[in-house]
Amino acid sequence: MDLSTTYLGLKLAHPFMPGASPLVDDLGMVKRLEDAGASAIVMHSVFEEQILREGLSTLEAIEGTAESYAEALSYFPKADEFRLGPDQYLEQIRKIKESVSIPVIASLNGSTPAGWIEYAKQIEQAGADALELNVYILATNPWETGETIEQRVLDIARAVKRAVKIPVAVKLSVFYSSLANFAKRLDEIGVDGLVLFNRFYQPDIDIENLEVVPTLHLSDSSELLLRLRWLAILHGNVKASLAVSGGVHTVTDAIKALMTGAQAVQMVSALLRNGPEYLKSIREGVVAWMQEHEYESVVQMIGSMSLQKCADPAAFERANYMRVLQSYRI
Amino acid sequence: MADRVMITVDGNEAAASVAYRLNEVIAIYPITPSSPMGELSDEWAVKGKKNLWGTVPQVTEMQSEGGAAGAVHGALQAGALTTTFTASQGLLLMIPNMYKIAGELTSMCMHVTARTVATHALSIFGDHSDVMACRQTGFALLASGSVQEAHDFACIGQVASLRSRVPFLHFFDGFRTSHEVSKISYLSDEELRQMLPDELVAAHRARALNPEKPVLRGTAQNPDAFFQAREACNPYYFACPEHVQAVMDQFAQVTGRAYKLFDYVGDPEAERVVVLMGSGAETAHETVEWLLSKGEKVGVVKVRLYRPFDVKSFIEALPASTKAIAVLDRTKEPGAVGEPLYLDVIAALDEAEAMGISQFAQQPKVIGGRYGLSSKEFTPSMIKSVFDELAKEKPKRHFTVGIMDDVTHLSLAYDQELDIEPDDVQRSVFFGLGSDGTVGANKNTIKIIGEETENWAQGYFVYDSKKAGAITISHLRFGPRPIRSAYLVKRAQFVGCHQYNFLEKYDVLEYAAPGAVFLLNSPLGPDKVWDDLPREVQEQIIEKKIKFYVIDAYDVAAKTGMGRRINTIMQTCFFAISGVLPREEAIAQIKKAIEKTYGKKGPEVVKKNFEAVDQTLANLYEVQVPAQATSQKRRPPIVPDEAPDFVQRVTAVMLANKGDLLPVSAFPVDGTWPTGTAKWEKRAIALQIPVWDPKICIQCNKCALVCPHAAIRPKIYDPAFLEKAPSTFKSADFRSPDLKGLKYTIQVAPEDCTGCEVCVAVCPAKDKSNPKHKALDMAPMPPLREAERENFKFFLDLPEFDRTKLEISVKGTQFFEPLFEFSGACAGCGETPYVKLLTQMFGDRALIANATGCSSIYGGNLPTTPYTINRDGRGPAWNNSLFEDNAEFGFGFRLAIDKQKEFAEELLKKLASQIGEQLADEILKADQSSEAGIQAQRERLKVLRAKLSQLDSSDAQRLALLADYLVKKSVWIVGGDGWAYDIGYGGLDHVFALNRDVNILVLDTEVYSNTGGQQSKATPLGAAAKFAMGGRPLPKKDLALMAMSYGHVYVAKVAFGARDNQTVLAFKEAESYPGTSVIIAYCHCIAHGYDLVHGPEQQKLAVESGYWPLFRFDPRRALAGESPLKLDSPAPKFDVGEFMRNETRFRMVEQLNPERFKQLLEAARHEVNTRYHLYEELTKAFAIDGTKKEN
Repeated sequence: MDLSTTYLGLKLAHPFMPGASPLVDDLGMVKRLEDAGASAIVMHSVFEEQILREGLSTLEAIEGTAESYAEALSYFPKADEFRLGPDQYLEQIRKIKESVSIPVIASLNGSTPAGWIEYAKQIEQAGADALELNVYILATNPWETGETIEQRVLDIARAVKRAVKIPVAVKLSVFYSSLANFAKRLDEIGVDGLVLFNRFYQPDIDIENLEVVPTLHLSDSSELLLRLRWLAILHGNVKASLAVSGGVHTVTDAIKALMTGAQAVQMVSALLRNGPEYLKSIREGVVAWMQEHEYESVVQMIGSMSLQKCADPAAFERANYMRVLQSYRI
Repeated sequence: MADRVMITVDGNEAAASVAYRLNEVIAIYPITPSSPMGELSDEWAVKGKKNLWGTVPQVTEMQSEGGAAGAVHGALQAGALTTTFTASQGLLLMIPNMYKIAGELTSMCMHVTARTVATHALSIFGDHSDVMACRQTGFALLASGSVQEAHDFACIGQVASLRSRVPFLHFFDGFRTSHEVSKISYLSDEELRQMLPDELVAAHRARALNPEKPVLRGTAQNPDAFFQAREACNPYYFACPEHVQAVMDQFAQVTGRAYKLFDYVGDPEAERVVVLMGSGAETAHETVEWLLSKGEKVGVVKVRLYRPFDVKSFIEALPASTKAIAVLDRTKEPGAVGEPLYLDVIAALDEAEAMGISQFAQQPKVIGGRYGLSSKEFTPSMIKSVFDELAKEKPKRHFTVGIMDDVTHLSLAYDQELDIEPDDVQRSVFFGLGSDGTVGANKNTIKIIGEETENWAQGYFVYDSKKAGAITISHLRFGPRPIRSAYLVKRAQFVGCHQYNFLEKYDVLEYAAPGAVFLLNSPLGPDKVWDDLPREVQEQIIEKKIKFYVIDAYDVAAKTGMGRRINTIMQTCFFAISGVLPREEAIAQIKKAIEKTYGKKGPEVVKKNFEAVDQTLANLYEVQVPAQATSQKRRPPIVPDEAPDFVQRVTAVMLANKGDLLPVSAFPVDGTWPTGTAKWEKRAIALQIPVWDPKICIQCNKCALVCPHAAIRPKIYDPAFLEKAPSTFKSADFRSPDLKGLKYTIQVAPEDCTGCEVCVAVCPAKDKSNPKHKALDMAPMPPLREAERENFKFFLDLPEFDRTKLEISVKGTQFFEPLFEFSGACAGCGETPYVKLLTQMFGDRALIANATGCSSIYGGNLPTTPYTINRDGRGPAWNNSLFEDNAEFGFGFRLAIDKQKEFAEELLKKLASQIGEQLADEILKADQSSEAGIQAQRERLKVLRAKLSQLDSSDAQRLALLADYLVKKSVWIVGGDGWAYDIGYGGLDHVFALNRDVNILVLDTEVYSNTGGQQSKATPLGAAAKFAMGGRPLPKKDLALMAMSYGHVYVAKVAFGARDNQTVLAFKEAESYPGTSVIIAYCHCIAHGYDLVHGPEQQKLAVESGYWPLFRFDPRRALAGESPLKLDSPAPKFDVGEFMRNETRFRMVEQLNPERFKQLLEAARHEVNTRYHLYEELTKAFAIDGTKKEN
């Protein structure tokens, strides 16, 4: 049984890996993921804005109170040695690289052009095997067109591609008016992979205190459908490799993702719920299913149910919606 | 001699740099101004910096200076090269051990930033009163007078001690030298090695206690032996000065800098000579050189080795031509014939004559004077006046210089205008806010000029007595020669004013020399600024022909993403227009410094700073100065006309930064000051103030409770009063089921508010259709200032509501008048809301004993103080004794009150028949457990006094004097965690045990706040603090549990931001409890490292994460068969990590070492849960009735 796959030009033993999450903050957990057979490690994003803000607020806390009062020229131990840049993240890349033998894919969310390039370079130097760009920014400015926003992402991707030699993936959100076109344009500038899709924290409302509160909901299988459709649409239309992220919870989910075109299957919620060892049972489940259905390799499956290859492509484009309506009984 | 390496450091770093390299064990306790020496040592040790022998010294913070001295003594006895750093009261606490160390002829050199010892008042500033209190200990006293000397003598002292076996106390002037930044020649390791041969260290080690070759020290000796044994050390003391001179000579060979035991500077045939030590000697040196150039025959003897005093060297230092000597002492010894150095000089001259080594044709006449107490300025003009005095036929035998003594007329007059500084010394003065980074930028400028040019550089910084909105004045000198001027710049060629509104408050241009450059940070551009300047400023600019520049630094900062940090911008301006360095070179150097400082903090921070530098030059303008002053605006009076006479005469002068001009007669003779003066200092430092919307307000009064400065207050009153209200005065109908028909107002004090915004943060009342609008919103202060000032005045004049009708709750207590207001505490302070609450509830009958620390500084630091009185003239009576003795000090209050009350009751019983049995009985049995009860008792005492005045017996007179004590007094012992957990714990514990009716309020910021963030035993697990840089590895001490273990102590743990009603309840219970009560109060603090507007929110997280569980332990409950311990907060709901990660003190541990932080966080989680579980179990355990036998 050949489970191997190629994702971002990396030869992987199989497609199953943890997605970007805080799981990899802990080296012990990283080891458990490797033991559970993860084919790669995807790190959570380093957020340039967060680092910048943290740096500035730490500076403010330390310097804003210093040299003001005769008895206390400072209130904290001297900060020279404190690392306020992305050092911690880079250090974590190094440590993960040291402790595991599988590829490590870092993830970056920049906030300034210089930041994207500088951080990407540092991530490469720290030893990451590939880099995922977490490019989504909530478009709240009513004067900014969709074209401008897409252009910005393209510019970032192009700049990062130029700056580093490691493969670069772009993690997409679903909120683009012409996703197929946008993916194509990213493909043209040589992006090595596309990850479908980013999930966001959604704010909720506290009606007692009239406050907006952040929430964190884990995904479930229902979120997979959107991704299956777009994997199916993009497969074969772009050179970049495709990964699914969000909604893979069962063996069946994983198989569906592969069949619609995913070369890599990233899981987060399922691992948070069931522990890192769950990766192994998914892989074993897929193997069992393949044996049962006499598949020889994963490559055989990848994209078999894509728009280009499936028997009823219209079902992905529009009919699906119609059929659901027609089948609805009161 | 190799090429000299030059560094720019302050005196503390200069001394510590050598002390660290020459020692193995350093045991300290933080005390101003010596703290930085310990902190630097700790920092170096954490970074792994090695000493001269390649090992990292052990640096340990102890619980007090007494503790540090014990540890030092022990470490010395066990053979380690050991040192310590201290000052003032700290040095006094070391004295017992110093006798021991000297008595055992133990080699060490300690380093002291000489500081005033507290007498009628505490002072953190410099004089020799502490060092002089050690003359008798047997330590050698070595004085250095400059930053360079502090560096050099740290080495000389250590080597001389190892050679002579006499322990050394090396001292330099607190602040003037310890905090002066100066360019000095660095002593390399190689040079230190040449100075300190290994044999000396080996000899020290050979004397160590060692069970391999045991000896015994510390015997008890009897009359037969002690005296002779005490004399046995004499040869070592006799030989000591020779050793010191030998070391100095060796030092000269190694470094080229030559010193003598007594250094003479002046005419070889001088007739008039001054003798002094410390930084004043440098100023005297400079002045003597100037006087020589004027043809005067004068000289100065700088005393280096004061003890042992070497008569021969002293006499040899004086020219044979000397006819008159003035000895200047920087200390005061009331009742003595003269100050110590003066007496020594007289005795030395006499001894020399007896020994036949006197070279004078006639014994010189000697006069003695005091100067420079508490860092009082000591200038060339004052020194000249001393020489002038010496020239008189009958000079004053005893005098003071630097003040005007119009009471005992001891002071010498001096010329206020005399300025001897040469033109080639570039002098600059900068006015800034503490928070705007002015001092940091100036230190950076000194570094640039000191290290990148041939020029010598000096910086000295004057700080504010207030912590919120603190101003700083920087005094910088650059010149072609080493700078000896140990006094403030008087005539500056450059004056920078970094805050526009300072022009209204201070005489900034007083410092400007004719033709000076004046740089103003102004929101108004070059075309508009002139017309807006106060007339006094315009006149000075014209008269002194000042070149005037403006920049809108806040605008440049905002546009370049620097927020409100204007330090780099103003520094760039200075270099651009002062001409101290070529402009391009200066800009390159600033950018280099930025790269160095911020490089590690990310490219964006560096970029923003670079942008700010570049934008500065484009926004810097010269103002065309008109020929005439045109402004109608004058600087407003410092205090309003209605202020009391004392405030007008004394306080206002101090507020104007002109306190030096006040004569002796202006001051109280015994340190007694009127209370209620803070209200006269209208600082108006808030950029924004809260604005009240009565329509939305739910009248909870939480805003008033949390306000650190009593600057927002509620009041209820009869609607009739509104008739005369100013037009913008707001009110609402008071919502209350019990008190009908009243009006309610929340009023802000616009000029006393610091703009911390905590009131707005806690305000729970939101506009339902627009929740971002609350009952309190912040709005810019200037447009509101005038109207709200009038409104606040009107508000204050409204009558206080009857206390007896208000319930003791959060809402009720906030209608009580605060008798602690407008303190100098930090904006957003987490301590002062508790202190204010105390005064609201009990202030009119409270005595407060206050441990030294933040609360004694914002509570009692002049010029103005916050404790005040109510309309009846009653209010808290307050005193600060020491740091270590506060529990005992307050306990003493109780003893005195109880005794006098008892005596009053005895007299009352005795006089009952004459006063009236019923009245006497009512007074004796009065229930004073409520406001009404206390008011009734006060009424009875009025009757009593009236009756007593009719009686003619001495008992009646005695009772009249003591009658006040028949009203219940509330004794409060207030202090921080440094006091309660560390230095004062022994006394506190004893007061717990004695169970008298005292109330102890521990303001727990979990760190030494006032001295700058050193760890205490209250510092929590995982927090970074000085001396716990990598995060404290152990949990904080559970002071509450220790107090509870007595069983009879009332104990409460409170956090007003989490549950304010529990806080109020705890204060009420503690005060009513007839034994010892202790309240441990959580206080957020700038030393925690976050914007304190989130203080109350963080307190909530602290409680809900189990970090700070709330409870009350009331022994009275046990009598009712209940558990005395009651938990007031639920089991931990949130992860303690959420709380910790919000604060820099924890976060910086993560930033330093994430793995370690993870371990500490795990440990903290464990600690939080076990501690809560322990309290839960204790609640049950305490409920068991021990009188019943269990089957």
